Amino acid sequence: MTALQEVTPQEREGVRREALYFAVRNGKLLTGFGVVAVLLVLGLVGPLFTDVPPNQYGPRPMSPPSAEHWFGTTTFGQDIFAQFVHGLRSTFAVGAIGGGIAAVIGMLVGFTAGYRGGVVDEVLNMLTNVVLVIPALAVLLIVNAYLGIRSVAVQGLFIGLTQWPWAARAIRAQTFTLRSREFVDLARMSGAGTWRIITREIAPNMSSYLFMTFILLFGGSILIASSLDFIGLGPTDAVSLGLMLQNATQWSALQLGMWWWFVPPGAAITAVVGALYVANVGLDEVFNPKLREL
Amino acid sequence: MRRYFRRKLLVYGLTFFVAVTVNWMIPRFMPGDPVASMVARANMTQPQAVAAMRAYYNDLFGFDQPLWQQYLSFWGALLRGDFGLSIWLFPTPVGTVIADAVPYTLALVVPSVLLSWVVGNWFGAYAARRRVLDNTVLPIGYILTATPYMWLAVLLAWGLGVVAGLFPVAGGYSFSMQPTWSWAFLLDLLHHWALPFLSLFLVALGGWAIGMRNMIIYELESDYANYLSALGAPSRLIRRYAFRNAVLPQITGLALQLGVIVAGALVTEIVFAYPGLGSLILKAIQNSDFFLLQGTFLFIVLGVLIANFIIDIVYVVVDPRTRAGMAGADA
Repeated sequence: MTALQEVTPQEREGVRREALYFAVRNGKLLTGFGVVAVLLVLGLVGPLFTDVPPNQYGPRPMSPPSAEHWFGTTTFGQDIFAQFVHGLRSTFAVGAIGGGIAAVIGMLVGFTAGYRGGVVDEVLNMLTNVVLVIPALAVLLIVNAYLGIRSVAVQGLFIGLTQWPWAARAIRAQTFTLRSREFVDLARMSGAGTWRIITREIAPNMSSYLFMTFILLFGGSILIASSLDFIGLGPTDAVSLGLMLQNATQWSALQLGMWWWFVPPGAAITAVVGALYVANVGLDEVFNPKLREL
Repeated sequence: MRRYFRRKLLVYGLTFFVAVTVNWMIPRFMPGDPVASMVARANMTQPQAVAAMRAYYNDLFGFDQPLWQQYLSFWGALLRGDFGLSIWLFPTPVGTVIADAVPYTLALVVPSVLLSWVVGNWFGAYAARRRVLDNTVLPIGYILTATPYMWLAVLLAWGLGVVAGLFPVAGGYSFSMQPTWSWAFLLDLLHHWALPFLSLFLVALGGWAIGMRNMIIYELESDYANYLSALGAPSRLIRRYAFRNAVLPQITGLALQLGVIVAGALVTEIVFAYPGLGSLILKAIQNSDFFLLQGTFLFIVLGVLIANFIIDIVYVVVDPRTRAGMAGADA
């Protein structure tokens, strides 16, 4: 028993080092995470350098990008760069909160259903399928319209509550394949409880899969949040990229040809989500030896 | 096969039940008083008017009855097709307002979903394992799937509509026209339909192409493909077999993506002020027309459920294993 435990950490260390070896050589992973990191830093640091509040009306409305207003100004003279960096913050926040909550629920449901099986699985699977079929945006519309409270955090919470089903299904299927492996049987025979087996034996063996699921949930949450903002149910106490798009179309930036108003927010959402997807493919190649290209 | 359909119908029935229950619960159990907020939004100063409006809403929701009775009467009204009256277009029933908008949404969603699925699958299958094509299709595909629907719609409206002036950017038909069955009107309808269709089509296209490409590569690595190529079968034939196997998960994927596509259609309609359900939702939110919002919600859920069921039937037709009750029946 002691010998076993001594070997395992070393083996894990080896696996980790191997993954790292391929990770730093994977172009997709590096580009994807690079783009996300640049935008994240911009969102974190940017607001410190712009002293104008993002929604403050300025003296020079509708001016195109210039040295003074890097991204130009809105019809009301608001500085678009200030809105952009603050909006990036909310976008990442909503992705982290929504993706995080969805990942936790998805893991709880997926592991329990996959490991326990039987009636528990039947019930949880039914629940998953029901939530899966209901269009998430429609539910969020109703909830947000009635709730009226619309902070970024609450928005993220409700997005998380509707996004988990496909993750739960995927994790359940993965758990099924691990459930009957020998090391799980060994743990069960040595008297480990369900929770311990799931956290110590099953979850670590699909950690890369879980991480990739989280990345996809993160991107999905950002997209659905931007749709909500665009319909007019966005946060009322913050700026977000979706709200910028909504304002731009609402105040006819299209007809006025103010491209600097609607291009940056959409481009940023596309860049973040697209980079996450590409990084995800890269991760898949790193963790799955079959997909590696040398 | 009977088991398969029984299971599916059970899930859909349960889903509809849950959706209706959620729809009933939200105004009643949400923190805050919806009646108070609706009355407040009407901006009235006279206390008698406020009291009258309060009584009207309380009566409308049936707040003075016990909860179980409210719930049963809610179902009763629903089964009679009574969704209440729209506040935005008072006294039009919500059902009529929705029925007027649905054809536009369907005309937009159905062709764009089917075409993007077919073309995307074709592209993906063709690009897989062809280096040059793969290197272009893949990045474009990822960018397209990551694009928010409304942003592509805005870009297309700006580029092809405002700058190039090729397409109108607002409405379902020209304001100077009356809806009739004339060629001129149909042409005008088509002209207004083109851009929203194109933006829905393009965003969905990327996802299908990527999915198909990955599935084809997976299938080409399987034993039967290797065996066939060892026998000297032409690669066209092997690809055709791979395609038939790869299409199955794409059909399931279509069912899973319906919610996202509908969401995309709603925001696209808002960009183009297209007179479908999306614009209806926007108007409902702007005018705090909660009956209209809830009616639209139920309608969208119902539509997605029906579409899911159609896909299930197609799946049974396409995959013979489900008919024999063999593996794959649970997919």
